[in-house]
Amino acid sequence: MKFRHTTSSGDDKIELQMTPMIDIVFQLLVFFIMTFKIVAQEGDFNIRMPLASEGGAPDESQMPPYKLYLTANQDGTLEVPFLMDGLTFDNFKSLQEHLILEMEDPNGVGPEKFQEEAEVELHCDYGLRYDFVIQAIDAVRGKLDRATGQTIEIVQKIKFAPPPDRSGQLFE
Amino acid sequence: MRMRRKKADSSIHEADLTPMIDMTFQLIAFFMVLINFSQSEQNDKVKLPLSDLAKPPQEVMEYPITIHVTKAGIAIIGGREVPAIGLKPLLQNEANVLKFMDKSPTDASIIIRGHREAATGKIQDIIKVCQEQGFDHFTLRAKENL
Repeated sequence: MKFRHTTSSGDDKIELQMTPMIDIVFQLLVFFIMTFKIVAQEGDFNIRMPLASEGGAPDESQMPPYKLYLTANQDGTLEVPFLMDGLTFDNFKSLQEHLILEMEDPNGVGPEKFQEEAEVELHCDYGLRYDFVIQAIDAVRGKLDRATGQTIEIVQKIKFAPPPDRSGQLFE
Repeated sequence: MRMRRKKADSSIHEADLTPMIDMTFQLIAFFMVLINFSQSEQNDKVKLPLSDLAKPPQEVMEYPITIHVTKAGIAIIGGREVPAIGLKPLLQNEANVLKFMDKSPTDASIIIRGHREAATGKIQDIIKVCQEQGFDHFTLRAKENL
């Protein structure tokens, strides 16, 4: 019997075809680079705001809410000074400092109870630009220490006062 | 003078591809990890206000409903642009879906992504319509101020 003589020797290298893999890998890379989008982090302010029940008596044990009045100029910017509980403020920083003093007042309810119970009611003009409202919420909610990254919490409960009645213009 | 004859080099010089492939795979892994396909919570028409304190939510919301509010005060929900009053039937549908799931509108969170230059009154109108449908938990979204 005659056997076929094989020419291949055992030390032959089997070479992998790298070209298709590199093609695919580069296509994937291009796809990911093209679809990559740098998105800034978004954060939330949670507000629990049920529809106001009519005729409900306010709870006497609760702290009365701080009423913050934000009035708009013609162009929608914030009119300064603005009012909170009869006091005027030129900027949100001074408002924040006032609230921190209220929170740390030794004759007050104490910082923990203040943070839990204090509430700010926002009375905003219809045409006020929304970023001023967020700035106000930012100032009222807490103070960020940029050096340490820690936040001093101030007022956690925030609500909007019912919008002024604009029955003729509402929902245009 | 006898010149040295150069031997013909028949062997093929192959570049070492291993470092390039290593790096390419690392790049792919990097982009794969960072890719974000969820465009539902984004809208090009909305530029969020900046905030120092707004931090990404720690917990996943159980039933989020996102409403975008454009500069003109138009609400965008599920890709549909409607004025505040137009949200009523859409929110009723959402409330019905919640009821079907044995939940109530109070279990849902309304995420409001308002344009920074939108009128606050327009946003309050939208909040009012949501409140009328029984929703009471609102989340005002802002962009982290870096």
